[in-house]
Amino acid sequence: MRTGVLGEFETPEAMVAALVGLRRRGYRRLDAFSPYPVHGAEEAAGMSRSPLPWIVFPFALAGAGVAYLIQWYCNAYDYPLNVGGRPPHSAPAFIPITFEMCVLAAAITGIVAYLALTGLPELWSPVFEVPGFERASIDRFWVGVDVRDPRFERGAVERALAELGASRTGWAAARQTS
Amino acid sequence: MSEPRHPARASAEDPLSEPLLIGKKTDAELAEQLLSPVWTPRSSLGWRVAFGLSALATALLIYGVTVTLTEGIGLWGNNIPVGWAFGIINFVWWIGIGHAGTFISAILLLLEQQWRTSINRFTEAMTLFAVIQAGLFPLLHLGRPWFFYWLIPYPATMQAWPNFRSALPWDAAAVFTYFTVSFLFWYLGLLPDFAKLRDVAPDRARRIAYGIFALGFRGSLEQNRHYRVLYGLLAGLATPLVVSVHSIVSSDFAITLVPGWHSTIFPPFFVAGAIFSGFAMVVTLLVPVRRIFGLSNVITRRHLDNLAKMMLVTAWIVIYSYIIEDFIAWYSGSPYEKYQFFIARPFDAGSRVFWAQQICNILVPQLLWWRWVRTNPIVLFVISILVNVGMWSERFVIIVMSLQRDYLPSQWGDYTPTRVDLSLFVGTMGLFMLLFLAFLRLFPFIPVAEVAELQHELATRKEL
Repeated sequence: MRTGVLGEFETPEAMVAALVGLRRRGYRRLDAFSPYPVHGAEEAAGMSRSPLPWIVFPFALAGAGVAYLIQWYCNAYDYPLNVGGRPPHSAPAFIPITFEMCVLAAAITGIVAYLALTGLPELWSPVFEVPGFERASIDRFWVGVDVRDPRFERGAVERALAELGASRTGWAAARQTS
Repeated sequence: MSEPRHPARASAEDPLSEPLLIGKKTDAELAEQLLSPVWTPRSSLGWRVAFGLSALATALLIYGVTVTLTEGIGLWGNNIPVGWAFGIINFVWWIGIGHAGTFISAILLLLEQQWRTSINRFTEAMTLFAVIQAGLFPLLHLGRPWFFYWLIPYPATMQAWPNFRSALPWDAAAVFTYFTVSFLFWYLGLLPDFAKLRDVAPDRARRIAYGIFALGFRGSLEQNRHYRVLYGLLAGLATPLVVSVHSIVSSDFAITLVPGWHSTIFPPFFVAGAIFSGFAMVVTLLVPVRRIFGLSNVITRRHLDNLAKMMLVTAWIVIYSYIIEDFIAWYSGSPYEKYQFFIARPFDAGSRVFWAQQICNILVPQLLWWRWVRTNPIVLFVISILVNVGMWSERFVIIVMSLQRDYLPSQWGDYTPTRVDLSLFVGTMGLFMLLFLAFLRLFPFIPVAEVAELQHELATRKEL
């Protein structure tokens, strides 16, 4: 979320309740900012489970496959050498590197996919300019409604947040217009 | 729940009644306490003395590396028949120490062991720094470390490929993967805390520095949603690494024919020993840090108790392996194996190291049967040092003693480490401590976000 109205809440429970309340009022483009992941917040905002494992899985398989193939190509196909009488294509001996490369590919893909999905690194975000937002990483829980929400109307959202118990509200803007 | 007035008596009734966190704090107070070591302008005297000593020891490492690079590995004490000595002993020892860190951060996360929360960042850092030390030894042992890339299969003008049927390329792949995955896992865990540091930084320079480290993380729903899944995924990926890396290291030995090495028990035996020594190192580091930074409310006696129990369990797996090793040596009927296990190790050259291993790894951990010992930081600290000594001795016994009493008596020889060997070993301890002490001052070494989450969870369940 880059532009929209944000409301501050004191507890994680209040934050989840506010998300539920906003959805009940018909808002769909919600976001929340909390010092630690809050149980049930994503479900309350209507988000599904992260697809990240399904992105990583094919890369993990590819890592393993490529690693095995390289070993086979080097030692069994391109330049077979008799070392200690072991067969050139020694499948058991190729397994350790195959496994390690599978894990390595999965871990690196996981991080890259995470950065891609979340748009990080993004050192500055308009929400940082909201007064009091710096406590979102310490002990405050912020709930926001994005301006792209079809039912978005600034005054109504501010009232809704206040009704749901927000101790204060703020306006984040991608361009400094307001 | 506040701390019982007679904790010893209370815990004597129910061992699990010891709290994981003592005293409920507000999230702001908790963040203030756990982030403050990063802002405190002056370090404590204990920290500065330790830093000075580590810097001195690191100078020894620089000396050792420099002479090894300029003169060659002839300056090391290993020579035929003992072709592998300090270089490999220290490699195995250091990498084993790393394993407890991964065990705590990954396996205990998957097993939902809440007590890992306070100490996982700390032990992950220990893993990283230990793997750095470990990697140094095989690299230097190459003789010409600047050709390390010959281990990578690239189309070279030599037209030859690495031999992947040898355990050494496995080592290279395993250690590189282990370091990379450990680093990514550690950094991912640090992201929310870097964001906190950015938001509470007292001046602009540090706000920018920690802001860059935080990558702009702000705990939004989208970021947290993927974060949780990725963190679990990386834990799942790191878990088999705990088992695989040391199994591969043990294959360096097990796939050869040397008496004392050629054994199928090596992979589980090495993994258990690795976790055993790693937990000992966690205690060695944790006890002083807990005291210096006044953290007994987040690292409670329950943590010490659990760490000690893990040491006891892994000690018994190691002891069991010793018994099986001896049994197989006898049962094999091979005179070389029998000579190695029953005469060479206990009575021949270097037998003092063997007896140090027996005492430190078999007898000393038995003290951990007593709860008083398990929850007494000072006694635990002493035991952990002895276990570290014991596990180093074990690697010495396996590597040096097997090689010096091989099949042909005419090829027997003894081994003495040289000054360069010793400076490299002491030097890596120095560099390890130096990195660790710097980490304590620059990074939040207790995961603030996770502890706050745990506190909230415990409070919801009325356990705090």
